[in-house]
Amino acid sequence: MKKGSQPTFEETAGTYIENAQLRRNIGHATKTIRDKRQLVVQELDDWEELREAGRQIKQKVMNNLDRYLLQLEKSVSKAGGVVHWAADAEDANRIITNLIKEKKGTDVVKVKSITTDEIRLNQALENEGIHALETDLAELIVQLAGDEPSHILVPAIHKNRAEIRELFKSKLNLKELSDEPADLAEAARLYLRKNFLKAKVGISGGNFAVAETGTVAVVESEGNGRMCTTLPDTLITVLGIEKIVPEWKDIEVFMQLLPRSSTAERMNPYNTFWTGTTEGDGPQKFHLVLLDNGRTNVLDDETGRQTLHCIRCSACLNVCPVYERTGGHAYHSVYPGPIGAILTPQLRGLDDRSAASLPYASSLCGACYEVCPVKINIPEVLLHLRNKVVLHQKKEGGFRQKTDPVHLAMKFLARAFSKRSRYERLQKMGRAGQWFYKKDGTISKLPGQLSKWTAIRDVKPVPEKTFREWWRDRK
Amino acid sequence: MVEGSEMSSSRDKILQRIDQALGNRTDSTDDVVERRYHQISELTAQEKVNLFQERVDEYKAATERVSEGELPGKLKKLCEEAGIKKLVLPPGIDENWLSELPKSMTFLHDEPQPLSKTQLNESDAVLTNCFLGVAQTGTIILNAGPGQGRRVLTLLPDIHICVIRQDQIVGILPEAIRKLDQTVSESGAPVTFISGPSATSDIELDRVEGVHGPRKLHVFIISES
Amino acid sequence: MNISLFITCFNDTLYPETGKAVVSILERLGHTVHFPLEQTCCGQMHYNTGYHEEINPLVERFADQFESAEAVVSPSASCVGMIHEFYPKLAALSGSKVLQDRIDALIPKVHEFTMFLVNELKVEDVGAYYPHRVTYHSTCHSLRSLKIGDAPLRLLRNVKGIDLVDLPGALECCGFGGTFALKNADTSAAMLGDKIRHIKNTGAEVCTSADNSCLMHIGGALNRQRSGVKTVHMAEILNTTEEGAQV
Repeated sequence: MKKGSQPTFEETAGTYIENAQLRRNIGHATKTIRDKRQLVVQELDDWEELREAGRQIKQKVMNNLDRYLLQLEKSVSKAGGVVHWAADAEDANRIITNLIKEKKGTDVVKVKSITTDEIRLNQALENEGIHALETDLAELIVQLAGDEPSHILVPAIHKNRAEIRELFKSKLNLKELSDEPADLAEAARLYLRKNFLKAKVGISGGNFAVAETGTVAVVESEGNGRMCTTLPDTLITVLGIEKIVPEWKDIEVFMQLLPRSSTAERMNPYNTFWTGTTEGDGPQKFHLVLLDNGRTNVLDDETGRQTLHCIRCSACLNVCPVYERTGGHAYHSVYPGPIGAILTPQLRGLDDRSAASLPYASSLCGACYEVCPVKINIPEVLLHLRNKVVLHQKKEGGFRQKTDPVHLAMKFLARAFSKRSRYERLQKMGRAGQWFYKKDGTISKLPGQLSKWTAIRDVKPVPEKTFREWWRDRK
Repeated sequence: MVEGSEMSSSRDKILQRIDQALGNRTDSTDDVVERRYHQISELTAQEKVNLFQERVDEYKAATERVSEGELPGKLKKLCEEAGIKKLVLPPGIDENWLSELPKSMTFLHDEPQPLSKTQLNESDAVLTNCFLGVAQTGTIILNAGPGQGRRVLTLLPDIHICVIRQDQIVGILPEAIRKLDQTVSESGAPVTFISGPSATSDIELDRVEGVHGPRKLHVFIISES
Repeated sequence: MNISLFITCFNDTLYPETGKAVVSILERLGHTVHFPLEQTCCGQMHYNTGYHEEINPLVERFADQFESAEAVVSPSASCVGMIHEFYPKLAALSGSKVLQDRIDALIPKVHEFTMFLVNELKVEDVGAYYPHRVTYHSTCHSLRSLKIGDAPLRLLRNVKGIDLVDLPGALECCGFGGTFALKNADTSAAMLGDKIRHIKNTGAEVCTSADNSCLMHIGGALNRQRSGVKTVHMAEILNTTEEGAQV
C-alpha cells in the first residue's frame, strides 16, 4: 500500500494554474517581493560573505547537531526553561496538550509557526477540547476560512480583500466593514486584543535558538509575536531541531540574511529574543519542545542534509517560475515551493507518492539557488532526490514499474547512446518513422506521452541529413 | 513519572538517530566560521545619526532631532498634539524629560506596584529610552534596562515614544549584537528589536502600519548639533 | 588551434544547420575543426530525470572521445553545463579514480561556443551581417550553470544590420526543463505561454539563444500559433554574412 492519499503535484497543478484570481494574486505578490528583495540585497556589498558565513554556521550545526542540542538543553534549563524532546508529531502534540491541561487552559494564542502546522497541532488540540487561536493576520484568515496556507510568508495571498471582508463579517460578527486592508486589519486588531489579554498560554515556533546562551528568537511584523511571547503566563515554543545556531554572535549573520530575503526589508518591525524566564517580565513558565519528526532522516543523507540549513525565508518561492504559476496548494504540503519540493519528500519518505512527485515539480532553472541566503543548492538536491525516487521505484515498483513508458524509454535510449551503430540506427529510424506524423513540413500531433508536448507545440521534423552525415559527405 | 520516561526515551531516540546519521564525523564544534562580512562600520558619528534618522523615517515612524534642553518642550507639544493624557513611565526614566508636561496628565508608574494589563491597555502612550540604535537598519534595541522596563510596557500602549542619544547609535548590526553579548549571556534579560511601527502586508500585499503593537512610534534623537 | 566539436545528439539529429554554422565560423577564423564520430549523447536527459546509473558508460565514452583534444567546443549551453557540473559527480559515483582524474583533466577544455569565441579566442566581431529584429533568450543553463555573462550579447551587438531588442522577463525560464515539459505539462505550458507573450511583445522576427533545446520549446509554440516569429541558434546568425549563410 502506498502511503498518503494526497494527489501528486502534476495531478492538481493544472487546476490551480487555471484559477485566474490565484494566478494574478500570486504573480503580483511574488513579483513585488522579489523586486524589493533585489533592492535591499544590492545595498549590502558584503551579501555574498554573509551568505557564506550563514552556510558555514549551519553546516557546522548539522555536523554537530547532537552536541548543540545538549548544550541548548543545558542553557535553557539554567535560564529557567524546561526542555522537552519530541521524536515525532504525535509525541510533540501529546507533550503540548498535557502542558496546557496542567494549566487548565481551554484557549491558547498562537504565533504563526509552520512547524506547528507540520505536526497538525491545532487539530490535535481541538480533539482535546482546546482551541488554538491563530493571531497572525493571514493565519487568522486561513483559520477562519477553514483553508490551508499557500505561501510561507504571506499564507493568505490567494485570497482577495472582498473575500476577507465577507469572512470577517460572518465569523467576527461585524455588521459594517469596508474592504480596505487598513479597516480589515483594525477589525482583526480589536478581535485579537481581547484574546491576547485573557490568554493564559501562548504557543510559538522559533526562528533561531542559540545553543550557547539558550536564547530563542521570534522574528515578525505585526506584533502578535510579541503579544504571544510576552502576555501569557506560560509560553510553549515548538522548535525544529535544525533551528539551532551555536553562538549569540551568529545572530548578526542571520538577522541580516533573513529580513532582506523574506519580507525584503532591512529589518522586519519586531524581533523578540528571550533567554529562559525573567522574573516580573513576560511568561514565568517557558517550555521548549525540540522536534525531530523526520529531520534526522534528512540529516542521514549527505547530499540532502543541506536542506536543514533552511531559515524559512521564502525567497525561493518568490523567484520560482513553477510556484509563481501554481501557488502553494499544488504542493500538498505545509512547505511549498522549491524548498518544499526537497524538504517534504525527505521528511515524509518516498513511499508517499504525493511527496515523491515533488522533486519533479521544477524545470531546474536554478533561480532558487541563486537567492537562497544560506546557499542551499536546491537543484542539486532535486536531482539527487529524483535519482532516489527512480531507485526506489525500481526496487518497489514491480511489473508496473517495469512497463512504465518513461522507464522503458530511458532504458532504451541509454542503450542506444552507449554504441555508435545503435545511435546512428536510431537517428535513421526517427527520420523514417516520422512520415506518418509529418504534415506540411511540421509535426503537430504525436502519440502517448509525447502528445503532451504537441498539445501546444509543434515539433520540427528530423531533417534529411544529420550533422554527422553531412560531415562525412563533406570530407 | 510515565511522561518523564517517555520524554527521555524520545530524547535518547533523537540523539541516537543523529549519531547514526553523522557516522564517522571529522567536524567538530571548534571549526572556525569565516566571518568575512563587515563587523565594524566605517561611518562617522554624524553619518550614523543621519542614516539612522533616514532609515527610521522610511518605516513611517516619526523622528525629531532635539537637544537635551529642547526635549521637555517637544515632549509637551507631542502629548498635546497626539492627545496623550495617560502616559506610562518605566522605572528609571529621566524625570527631567517630564518637566514641562502639564500636571493634569496621568503618569502611570510601573513601580512600586506593577501596572496591570488593563491599565496598560487603557493608557495612551509609553515613554522610554533604549539600549541602542542601529543606523543601517533603522532599528531601536531594548534590553529591559532602566528607563525601558518590562516588555509589556512598550507593547500595549498605542503610542511608543522612544528617546535615543546620538552616542547610542551604532553603524551596523554586528556592532549591536556584540554590545548585547553581556545582556544575553549574563543577565539573560529579554531583547526586543523595533524597526518602525508594527505592520502587515497580509492582505493583497498592501502594507498597513499599526496592527498589534503600538500603532505609532515617535523617536526623539538627542544630538549636540 | 585544433578544435574538437561536441555537436550533442540533439543538434546532430534535429539541428544540423547549427553544427554547420559552428564549423564554418571556426574555420573562417583560421582553426581546424575535428569531429570524433564515436560521440553520442552527454546523458543530460537521463541525469535530469533521475536515471543516474544508466549513463555512467556515457561519461567514459565522452572522455575516450575528447581527452586528446586541444579544445572541445559545443553549441549547447545545457550540455556543457551538464558536463561541467555533473560529470565529476558521476565519475565519483563510478568509483573509478582513473575516470575521475580523466574527467577533472578534461573539463577545463570543454567550452560553450559563444563563451569560447569571446573568452578563449577573444573574438567579438565575427563579421556577420543579419538585417533583422532579434531578441535574445538567455537560457537558464547559460545564465546560472555556466555563468555565460554577456558573451552572446557582445557577439550579437557586433553583428551588422541587426536590430537587437531586450526581452522582458529575460531571466525567467521558458518552461522546458527536459522531461519536465511532459511530466508537468500544465505548468510548463503556463510558463511557456508567458515567455511567448513577452517575445511577441518585442516585435522581433527572430528569437535566438545559445541552446537549441529551449529554442525547440519556444519555437514549437511560436510555430503552432503561426506567430510569424522564428527561432534561430546564435551560431547561425553569426554565420550569416553579406553573402548569405556561409556553409
